[in-house]
Amino acid sequence: MTIERVDPELAEFDVRTDEILVNMGPQHPSTHGVLRVVLRTDGEVVLDATPHIGYLHRCAEKIGENVSPRQWIPYTDRMDYLAGMNMNLGWALCVEKLLKLEVPEKARHLRVIIVELNRIASHLVAAGTYGLDLGSFTPFMYAFREREKIYDLFELVCGARLTYSYLTIGGAMADFPAGWLQKCERFLAEFEPVVDELHAVLTDNAIFIRRTAGIGVLPAEMAIDYGCTGPVLRGSGVDWDLRRDGDPWYTRMYDGYEFHVIAETDGRYPIERPGHPVPRAAVLGDCWHRYYVRMLECVESMRLIRQGIEKYARAQGGIGEPIKLTQKLPKGEVYLETEAPKGQMGFMVVSDGGAIPWRVRARSSSFCNLSVLSELCRGGLIADVPAVLGSLDIVLGEIDR
Amino acid sequence: MEFSEIVKLVAERFGERIVGVVAEAIDPWIEVAPAATAEVARFLRDEPRLRFEFLHCITGVDYLQTDPKRKIEGQPRIELIYHLGSLVHKHRLVVKTTLPRWKDGVEGQLPEVPSVSGVWSTANWHEREVYDLVGVRFLGHPALERILCPDDWTGHPLRKDYVMPLEYQGIRGR
Repeated sequence: MTIERVDPELAEFDVRTDEILVNMGPQHPSTHGVLRVVLRTDGEVVLDATPHIGYLHRCAEKIGENVSPRQWIPYTDRMDYLAGMNMNLGWALCVEKLLKLEVPEKARHLRVIIVELNRIASHLVAAGTYGLDLGSFTPFMYAFREREKIYDLFELVCGARLTYSYLTIGGAMADFPAGWLQKCERFLAEFEPVVDELHAVLTDNAIFIRRTAGIGVLPAEMAIDYGCTGPVLRGSGVDWDLRRDGDPWYTRMYDGYEFHVIAETDGRYPIERPGHPVPRAAVLGDCWHRYYVRMLECVESMRLIRQGIEKYARAQGGIGEPIKLTQKLPKGEVYLETEAPKGQMGFMVVSDGGAIPWRVRARSSSFCNLSVLSELCRGGLIADVPAVLGSLDIVLGEIDR
Repeated sequence: MEFSEIVKLVAERFGERIVGVVAEAIDPWIEVAPAATAEVARFLRDEPRLRFEFLHCITGVDYLQTDPKRKIEGQPRIELIYHLGSLVHKHRLVVKTTLPRWKDGVEGQLPEVPSVSGVWSTANWHEREVYDLVGVRFLGHPALERILCPDDWTGHPLRKDYVMPLEYQGIRGR
């Protein structure tokens, strides 16, 4: 008896497939929180991916119109809980802009050091768990080991490891304890080689590249249309960073600092790693580029922290006085966006002249970044959904607020 | 481009339908008639000198006096605030539109405004959020459903007269 040999690709056509709805989440390890995605699939191909959010909705905006601005700071911590300092800063700057309250020079540099440290911590989670999503466990351990060191540093300044409420309206809650800057410098010295280790185990890993390069390509126009920001926007080659291009009230925090905006322009990144070119399979705007932007931003953040330590040591004056809980806000409204690790985090305060705002608003970066998910997943494979989702680096606490 | 120049360009084109300009606020804004929002939005995005291709945020604010100690100016109303930006020209603009709290003054009938989701895709989710929490119906939105609250939720929590339900699906509210 002879077995007829059939071209396996042709044989696929004989298999009749139905469209199946696959429910992913809300409890799924690769959704990074309580996110439910309903996938309409045809075999292995995703025809549509619809995110369902709101599982973590805690009415932050409603609470904000019942408490005074300083009392709302702990609620901002719980938005992007992987970058609480950046959330504190966004809200503090927004209210300070309404109050026309300028923080002392020393507080400015303190803030730069703190938020850039938190940016590194957030990007480490993004990179580590991204490897985990794609089946690589080792980078996660490297990334979280370093993140713990950052959290130790934060614990020393404010006692908390995740929800800090440290940067506040008018400055910061406390100055750095004695010897903290040396500890911070020691951390930077230890962390610098780890970036290369992470590159070795993840960035240049052939399997990782095959899972991410050319997957979930987000063209620049679509990124702008969907309001994507942060590494998601810059991963599509848009040279845009609020630390340089944002509101003057925010950008002057970085006055005198030197840093690159990490985005591929004219085919190259501002930081190049000799001997490690961008993989040939990578297309601008794909998962690999979004991941890579974050990794390079860690290096830039280290540069900023080093400059910050130097400037902080030279700066005169105190670290600012937090405003009183009963401080009346002037009548008016202010909207201010800052460059949080995950994108542009906007806060708005509308005041009727009382101590409690009439309305507060939090514009979430992850909210907009997630809205592009269905566009990126459509036509791809089911196995690529976690790859796309992980590359967007969302935090559900911020999406649902 | 300076705010005054932007205002001039928009006013030339839309005339009467630009109902207010406030230049002295911290974030200066223009106010447009509700029916003209989508049209103005398209102009703001496509005009080469403006190029507001980035919609940052849509905010709904309910102005209704519920506390005698907190006076509000003007009639009870809902304000929609659109924050726009341009990556090309690096300028920003705030556009507002004012709606009645209820359509035709009938309580329970949500006010209506043309959707801008066809102009910026960001607006799709943002308008859903405003609909969900503030209670504004966006005409022409592809799927205006609740986004943060459950589908069967009643009321719009960010309205000032919102009362927390006593019970939801057997879960006690108070």
